[in-house]
Amino acid sequence: MSEKPAISETAETTAEPKRNFLQRIFVRSGKFSSLLLPILAVFSALVIGAIIIAVSTPDVLSAWKGLFQDPLGALSITWITVRDAYAALLEGSFGQPTRIVEAFETWRATGETRPLLDAFRPISESLVLTTPYIFAGLAVALGFRGGLFNIGAEGQLFVGGLASALVGYSLTNLPWYVHLPLALLAGIAAGAIWGAIPGFLKARTGAHEVINTIMMNYVAFRLTDYLLLGPMSRPDGMPMTPLISPNAYLPTLFPTPMRVHVGFLLSLAVAGLVYWFLWKTTLGMEIRMVGANPKAARYSGVRVSSIIVLTMALSGALGGLAGASQILGVDHQMVRTFSSGFGFDSIALALLGNSHPVGVVLASLLFGFMRAGAARMQSLANVPVEIIRILQAIVIIFVAAPEIMRGIYRLKAIRKGEGAIKRGWG
Amino acid sequence: MAPVLELRGVSKSFPGVLANDNIDLTLNQGEILALLGENGAGKTTLMNILYGLYTLDDGEIFIRGQEVDIHDSNDAIEQGIGMVHQHFMLVPVFTVTENVMLGVESTRAGVFLDRETAAKRIREISSRFGLQVDPNAMIEDLPVGIQQRVEIIKILYREAEILIFDEPTAVLTPQEAEELFKVFRSLVDQGKSLIFITHKLKEVLAIADRIAVLRDGRLAGVTTPKEATEASLAKMMVGREVILRVDKKPPQLGEVVLEVENLRVQDERGLRAVDDVSLQVREGEVLGIAGVQGNGQTELVEALVGLRKIESGMVKILGKDTTHALPREITEAGTAHVPEDRQQDGLVLSFPVVDNLVLNTYYLPPFAKGISLKHDEIEKAGLKRVELFDIRTPSIFLPTSNLSGGNQQKVIVAREFSRPIRLLIASQPTRGLDIGSIEYIHRRILQKRDEGCAVLLVSPELDEIMGLSDRIAVIFEGNILGIMPADEATKERLGLLMAGIQEKEPAAVVA
Repeated sequence: MSEKPAISETAETTAEPKRNFLQRIFVRSGKFSSLLLPILAVFSALVIGAIIIAVSTPDVLSAWKGLFQDPLGALSITWITVRDAYAALLEGSFGQPTRIVEAFETWRATGETRPLLDAFRPISESLVLTTPYIFAGLAVALGFRGGLFNIGAEGQLFVGGLASALVGYSLTNLPWYVHLPLALLAGIAAGAIWGAIPGFLKARTGAHEVINTIMMNYVAFRLTDYLLLGPMSRPDGMPMTPLISPNAYLPTLFPTPMRVHVGFLLSLAVAGLVYWFLWKTTLGMEIRMVGANPKAARYSGVRVSSIIVLTMALSGALGGLAGASQILGVDHQMVRTFSSGFGFDSIALALLGNSHPVGVVLASLLFGFMRAGAARMQSLANVPVEIIRILQAIVIIFVAAPEIMRGIYRLKAIRKGEGAIKRGWG
Repeated sequence: MAPVLELRGVSKSFPGVLANDNIDLTLNQGEILALLGENGAGKTTLMNILYGLYTLDDGEIFIRGQEVDIHDSNDAIEQGIGMVHQHFMLVPVFTVTENVMLGVESTRAGVFLDRETAAKRIREISSRFGLQVDPNAMIEDLPVGIQQRVEIIKILYREAEILIFDEPTAVLTPQEAEELFKVFRSLVDQGKSLIFITHKLKEVLAIADRIAVLRDGRLAGVTTPKEATEASLAKMMVGREVILRVDKKPPQLGEVVLEVENLRVQDERGLRAVDDVSLQVREGEVLGIAGVQGNGQTELVEALVGLRKIESGMVKILGKDTTHALPREITEAGTAHVPEDRQQDGLVLSFPVVDNLVLNTYYLPPFAKGISLKHDEIEKAGLKRVELFDIRTPSIFLPTSNLSGGNQQKVIVAREFSRPIRLLIASQPTRGLDIGSIEYIHRRILQKRDEGCAVLLVSPELDEIMGLSDRIAVIFEGNILGIMPADEATKERLGLLMAGIQEKEPAAVVA
């Protein structure tokens, strides 16, 4: 055969000497985008966030007006403001180190656990927020792997919450090992149906799933309004469902006031399950094949339209599970303001996590902890909660436009996108 | 006098690949220079540098002895360089005149298009260079050969002196190619200078004044048609001796494997693409289907393998009716399909090589048990196939997009030939491949034939059809215009049929 070495071989060898420090660490096997990119994106967002915090603080601004009289003072107040804000963010999400140490000492001295639980409560709260993020992030990631853009996670979350709340309060006298699984399954099934409808429309008529999942969101929101104001409202007419039976609770992992519940462990298990399903089963391979190249999937004998419906149903099921876990683990009843955008944020999570279950878990932890810490940042450092939204948005912009990161950090990555140029020559 | 164009020490690298390495090249006034080389040898890169689509890393370009800087195609056009791309850059719903004037519109009062002046200049160019074309015709109504003329007129309209042609004959019938070569002659007779990129040896010997051969990004040598032979050129291109002609044993015919009767198939636009096609392929023979691209070959093959709905007619594989069978049923019946567009249909480029090697058998034992994939078995088979089919890849876990075209094709061949098959449907199996890979794929196809497989080969390359087939059918506008034994086929006879010109006596058609 041809004496000429394969292109990729030359690529491996000749590219070696030109790499800078960052590349040598992260770009070893061309995996630039999967690890380095999100880290750099988060880091850059924090830097930009610091600037925004500084310019939106009146004290800092007035100090900069007198920059020429007192340059050191201006710099130091800027530094202190930013440092305090991020310190408060960290305290809010992880807890105060001094308090944790004190709580340990009290516990060792007296056996009193309450201070310990109080000290670790911020972490618990962060995990409570992380849990729906993981489920919903997995929902969107699974869709992405199948080439489908499920923007309907928020709606699936709502119908999942509604269904599990209904099962949770309307059935009584069931043992927990029947009631809890039943309530979870109800949420999963409702989400699956909500996802399958746009999937079916796409497979049958070619209607784009982005449009239809968005529309299904509105249907879900208004359905929630209707049900909570009418058929499912509390006996006193308040727009919320009755409390669910404690037998349907996802139990908490620690005593009060720690609210982190079994749902968090379940979300990690489901992440593992999604990984196994996508990469270790024939069905998962078919989903990824349809996602990567539907024409080749058809050529290989895959029934592409069935796979599209299945992918959307599974994606919706995960979205429904996010809602169910929130109802059964945290809220214990359905209210109209039940989700604060978990489903919408999940699109960003899937993107940040490179549509990989492990990536989604890491991204969810990041978002969960940031959001949990934001409240404390506001009360302690007087930085508005919205700064977290800005940080999240900047992270996403950077992840979605890797060229910006490459420009800033002078990275000349070897990645698959450049195959296009390689194919061009010759 | 200084040469029209001179390249000195031109180098260009892409991340990880040195595409052009210190290339020196001259083009003299009024000559046809053929730039010959395998895919990936750097021909197109070099021409794209000249045309301003890439910037060179190193080296100098001189035009009539003056050093020039070319940063984009506007610079190139200003320097009198024009390029006819392999894929035409024409707007189908515009007329010839509108296409030609696009970007250099002549206007009245600054805003109103002056089509008459442009049309007049087009007529002048047409008659001067023998490029007959109606300036008012709509592009979409013109055959490919005429569209190419429009491309040539377009660059002459911009007063190009140096004309670059990127694989201009790839889309033409042999007769159209002849016409093109006449145009080449008339262009150089009037003082234009031509560079013509190709990998077809016969063309080079027929038309070029000088031949420059590129190999692995370096200039392997410059020669003339007088000094060179096909074999010597092939050797320069590949760097070793190449067997151009495959040896073929006489066919050992067995039972009929593929039987097609009165097949009718529509294309995407609902137009009839395959019209009343009937044919048979037996065990141990290769039936070649010749024809200019776009005459229903794609639709015919897709219909046979279950990817396209059949309007009417019947397809039988080994006596079993598969007219309305699913692709997977047809695959499982023992059919292998080497698709026309390997990157679109045959491979999932972002998947690792190992997954593509089992792309249509992953669900069968030993690769799967129930719904669970047996990755160790898949890897074992992958390693074996990579070795057996000589697929050049540093690892079977690398994305398939990293492989060269030839190696990608070998992945498909390895996958399709590694299962027990009775029927092989190969559509343009060597399109865009280098000589080494072509030779290899041809050998493998004939080996399957000798093992008793029935082979349906579809290709617009007459050399390929004539080299491999035992019988040859010509398809034109969805009709089979004649099926003849390979030894009765000549290029002229096939060429006429490919252009839709029927033979006088239907008695010559052997079914």
